[in-house]
Amino acid sequence: MEFVVISLLNGITYGLLLFMLSSGLTLIFSMMGILNFAHASFYMLGAYFAYQISTLVGFWPGLLVAPLLVGAVGALVERYGLRRAHRFGHVAELLFTFGLAFVVEEVVHLIWGKVAVDYKIPDELDGTLFTLFDTAFPMYRGFMMLVSVGMLVALYALLTRTRIGLIIQAALTKPDMVEALGHNVPRIFMLVFGGGTALAGLAGVIGGNAFITEPGMAAAVGSIVFVIVVVGGLGSLGGAFIASLLIGCIQTFSVGLSISITDVFALIGVELLEGSQVARLTITQLAPVLPYLLMVAILIFRPRGLMGAREN
Amino acid sequence: MNSAIFSRSRLALWGGCLALAFALPLVLKSGFIISLLCQIGIMAVFSLSYNMLLGQTGLLSFGHAVYYGLGAFATMHLLNAIGKGGGPLTTALLPFVGGLAGLAAGIVLGYVTTRKAGTTFAMITLGIGEMVAACSLMFPGIFGGEGGVSGNRVVGKETLLGFTWGPQVEMYGLIVLWAFACTIAMFALTQTPLGRMANAVRDNPERAEFVGYDTERVRFLMVILSGFFAGVAGGLSALNYEIVTAETLNAHTSGVVLLIAFVGGIGFFYGPIIGAILVTVMQIVIGGMTHAWLLYFGLFFLFMVLVAPGGIASLIVVQRALWQAGLLGRMLPHYAATALPVLILLAGLVGLIELGYALLTGDAGVGAGDTATKVLGMQLQLGTPGPWLTALAVTGIGIVLTRWIGGRLRSEWNATLATLHGDKA
Repeated sequence: MEFVVISLLNGITYGLLLFMLSSGLTLIFSMMGILNFAHASFYMLGAYFAYQISTLVGFWPGLLVAPLLVGAVGALVERYGLRRAHRFGHVAELLFTFGLAFVVEEVVHLIWGKVAVDYKIPDELDGTLFTLFDTAFPMYRGFMMLVSVGMLVALYALLTRTRIGLIIQAALTKPDMVEALGHNVPRIFMLVFGGGTALAGLAGVIGGNAFITEPGMAAAVGSIVFVIVVVGGLGSLGGAFIASLLIGCIQTFSVGLSISITDVFALIGVELLEGSQVARLTITQLAPVLPYLLMVAILIFRPRGLMGAREN
Repeated sequence: MNSAIFSRSRLALWGGCLALAFALPLVLKSGFIISLLCQIGIMAVFSLSYNMLLGQTGLLSFGHAVYYGLGAFATMHLLNAIGKGGGPLTTALLPFVGGLAGLAAGIVLGYVTTRKAGTTFAMITLGIGEMVAACSLMFPGIFGGEGGVSGNRVVGKETLLGFTWGPQVEMYGLIVLWAFACTIAMFALTQTPLGRMANAVRDNPERAEFVGYDTERVRFLMVILSGFFAGVAGGLSALNYEIVTAETLNAHTSGVVLLIAFVGGIGFFYGPIIGAILVTVMQIVIGGMTHAWLLYFGLFFLFMVLVAPGGIASLIVVQRALWQAGLLGRMLPHYAATALPVLILLAGLVGLIELGYALLTGDAGVGAGDTATKVLGMQLQLGTPGPWLTALAVTGIGIVLTRWIGGRLRSEWNATLATLHGDKA
């Protein structure tokens, strides 16, 4: 019971963090048709910017400034890179973001080195929020949850309750019509791209010190975010939300379970032959592969994803 | 057999290339050059197999290293299993087994990946690639864990016409033979109905479906066949390096082959070969000079995406068309005039990056923050503003000059192209 509740809380925290990444990716994809390969690189940039700011003026200014900086970088990338690549089609855009991810990782190597940096949780949040069945739930996890949920509510309100949100929604499906009505659609694209990358940056700011801030963090999270988007259904925010929580919980639960297939069979009284490597793997060891297995299963049984629209 | 594949001019071209490939080690006897040539041969086969997907079928794959790596592991394990029982002939044929492993992987993984095309295909291949890479670390018994699996390509005491494949030159000969066989086979495939249908599926899948072809099936077949050739390349790499690590099938290798094929030019059959030569030489030459080589490579790739998305091959093809139309002479002075400011700009940028690199990470032997360092062979004082201002100034001058002269080049270029197309029309 204790394990279930604590893992569930941790899984939801991690899932919400993943959703901050996948929501930006989904918005950018459904609006511009661009699969931003460098999305996780902006997550990494957020963490490194926040680390740099925290060493200079502390964590709290970084929480605000770092995502804005990342968003500005994203907007510049859209304005001077993607818009140019757009003329050569979708493959060129995808390749551009792929090359960008490559360059960002090298620049991070160049500036901050190849080993992890010491990006710490601020002292005010370094404590226990509550204790549940003898297990302490860290205050920072609660803070992460608060920021993610706050961000979600703000994003929802922005998209559905404000004028700019309505224009963005309109530009999602009918960009030509929106342009004909006198709106500057390329600038909206730039805003959405900047906003999406800023969300990724914010995820980096609050995720970088909870997990680890190192040059490999972009690649580690990047492929998981792609899995989420495929599982949830390409271009579906609701699907991305469900898939984020699902993957977050799968990863958290699987890390804590040291049961293997042999053990499961032993429970029902069947003794498996010794020596089979596959059967002796524990779920913990399988943890890195589980999200991908889920993706393969979804692709076989429901190719359009959980909530995706049918392709035509 | 299609007569177009083996036309007299093609045979002459291939014969010439084969003769050149065999003549190279006779002229350039250094071991360094020969191992460089081996690497080029392997990468050429690998990137050609990649272009069967990206260039010919329009499938952008981020997990192509899986087939390469599995081919390499299969070859290495079979080599070790045969051990003393084999001989040079079996060793020479081992890359075929690597190919079969790649083919089998193509059947299993392609079944899942080819259900979708376009962007979704790209994401799925990325996920599948990550999955196989993660699996490879779970089974150290098969994939050798961190250390990889190593072997010895010289088995038994007998020789095949005097060859044991032990010396690097003999290995080079083997690679050349395999590379040529694979290249010709892959080229022949482009001329078959399947190769043509792959082009159709790339250009207009809807219409291909209407004509009665199953696009999913065409994609599936192309993934399987491309997996075979990637596996052969992997098998060659296993024999060449005599070690296979988990890195051969991870995302980095997949990324590199994509970069090579794209830089060379995905729209042309031989584009990836140009890419393999260029990137391998750059990697060895520039990589030997500076630690920031990957950054330069990434920037070069971004530049190619934005300026010449057709790759080097497309630039060559355009020049040839200009030459045939007698227009190349008009452009040459402009090329020459543009080269100088571009060189100035490059010198400034390289200076800035190298200074930053030396200051922040500390280059070989020089600790981070040390004031004196060697940048591009020059002894510089990092702490003083002098080198920085110089590099900045050179970059600034380069930008201004490039913009100015580059604008003239562009207008002349557009005018020349208009003439060229006008002549044709």
